Amino acid sequence: MTQMAATRDAYGTTLVELGEENPAVVVLDADLSGSTKTGLFAKRFPERFFNMGIAEANMVGTAAGLAAAGKIPFVSTFAIFAAGRAWEQIRQSVAYPKANVKIVPTHGGVTVGEDGASHQSVEDIAIMRAIPNMTVIVPADAVETAAAVRAVAAFKGPVYLRLGRNKVPTIFDDSYRFEIGKGTVLVQGSDLTFVTTGLMTAQALIAAERLKKVGISARVLHLATIKPLDGDLLLDAALETGAIVTGEEHSIVGGLGGAVAEFLAEQAPTPLVRVGVNDRFGTSGKAEELLKYFGLTHEGLEEAAHRVLERKGAR
Amino acid sequence: MHRELIPTLEEKARNLRVSIIKTLHRSQSGHTGGSLSAIDLITALYFHTLRHRPAEPAWDGRDRFVLCKGHAAPAQYVALAEAGYFPKEDLMMLRRLGSHLQGHPDSKQTPGVDVCTGSLGQGLSQACGIALGLRLDGGDRRVYALMGDGELQEGQVWEAAMSAAHFRLDNLCAIVDANGLQIDGEVAKIMGVEPLGDKFRAFGWHVIEIDGHDLGQILAAYAHAATVKMKPTMIIARTVKGKGVSFFENKAAYHGVTPSDEELPRALYCLGCGE
Ligand SMILES: Cc1ncc(C[n+]2csc(CCOP(=O)(O)OP(=O)(O)O)c2C)c(N)n1
Ligand SMILES: [Mg+2]
Repeated sequence: MTQMAATRDAYGTTLVELGEENPAVVVLDADLSGSTKTGLFAKRFPERFFNMGIAEANMVGTAAGLAAAGKIPFVSTFAIFAAGRAWEQIRQSVAYPKANVKIVPTHGGVTVGEDGASHQSVEDIAIMRAIPNMTVIVPADAVETAAAVRAVAAFKGPVYLRLGRNKVPTIFDDSYRFEIGKGTVLVQGSDLTFVTTGLMTAQALIAAERLKKVGISARVLHLATIKPLDGDLLLDAALETGAIVTGEEHSIVGGLGGAVAEFLAEQAPTPLVRVGVNDRFGTSGKAEELLKYFGLTHEGLEEAAHRVLERKGAR
Repeated sequence: MHRELIPTLEEKARNLRVSIIKTLHRSQSGHTGGSLSAIDLITALYFHTLRHRPAEPAWDGRDRFVLCKGHAAPAQYVALAEAGYFPKEDLMMLRRLGSHLQGHPDSKQTPGVDVCTGSLGQGLSQACGIALGLRLDGGDRRVYALMGDGELQEGQVWEAAMSAAHFRLDNLCAIVDANGLQIDGEVAKIMGVEPLGDKFRAFGWHVIEIDGHDLGQILAAYAHAATVKMKPTMIIARTVKGKGVSFFENKAAYHGVTPSDEELPRALYCLGCGE
């Protein structure tokens, strides 16, 4: 049985550990501490937790100030309100001065579910990636999240670490070593490469398994860090498999697919199909239904694999 | 004032509370507390104060309503259904994939909804823009905007408050559903917003404070706001989150929690239905 766990739960517990280890760690939230799981830290370290109310722009600015005063602020709310509402505060007050602020939103993507389009962030990776000095990370599971939270706390500088609402399959075990900026090849393959991030990596593992049965050898390259992009592994994938399918719980515009397209176009033009939300807003529905509706499934990846292989063959 | 209307409106509000509970029980997702605290304010608008034509949602002569606290969409949806904008059966599809009743109001999909909201703090700005636009065209069409008290923590609300007074938007009436609670707990403990009356007066608004569950006071406040000249009006409606269902009342935990199977009959009983 696959274990299931939510990345936001791993965040909450790891934050408390970090709080024990380092008195400089402080946490800010905007009236969503139950959902983002920063409430665990708030309970343990009330004096180092600041509930800023429903005021995300002020929260980010305050975090920048706390960083200027030598603290390591973790800032949480839903992804749309962190990246979206406070974008220019992140750009000006956090990224430009390279402030040591960790923006760690939960509820990224469409698995927000029933709340619908207003709450489903499918553009955040793109708009965060566009900011200089920013590091952008989307872990695949709870194990990787715990490791990533520790890594970003140790890293000096601004980070956007995007987490999710729902339970996702745990694909890593404790032997996994997370490193910012480094991808991981989870399955070797020679016909094409799935380059995926976040919850789509578990789907890529299923897709690769199923394609093997029909004689297609798919590599799975998990890129938790979208910026900086792991160019070495991506170049290997392009040159060795000659076909790429990207997968992300995000718009196909400007996110992982966009980053990979930019890289390939300049470094190694390769047939590419992007799987993601097809340049549209989200909608209300159950998380699992929405993943199917938007094609963010192993079936969606398999279908894309067939399409990209046709184009590879035609070259 | 139409005193004789009050019992009818009270009955309407009670029925709409029942409808909110049934709708949220069916959807098992959505915001209970803030829908129940706002329903008296919304009932008075849709069934008395607003000039609107349910059979002609885009009627040019209509007043406008902006649900700034978009998570209370169930309260607006039950009122729209009751008024006849769409069949009541649609309510059972709330928040389902493919439904026109999205988790937060969507003007592209729901007849009678004029503004997309859901991200708190943005509604009052849009209401100001509508008020400016209607004023440019002349006539006496009015704009009503309903906000949460937690929502007031958003800086944009105060930018809008400043501009509404600056532009002397006397065709704008904003209402705060001052239930004292937000998601993480009490507004006063999380990020205090009081004294609201003084704040809005200092921003140049005409301020009326009322009991937001007293339909007489609500109707009087809306009527009074329409007579105020050269200033926008802010109605600070003191309310109870979860109002009408005793075990939901004043509990932050019921902000985004829907009635369970076990709670449904008890909730309906509180509202005077069932055994
Ligand atoms: C910009 C933004 N930040 C956060 C949220 C999440 N959220 C939804 S409702 C809510 C609390 C609202 O409290 P209040 O305005 O007092 O509403 P009410 O008590 O009437 O339900 C929050 C934080 C949001 N919808 N928009
Ligand atoms: Mg409130």
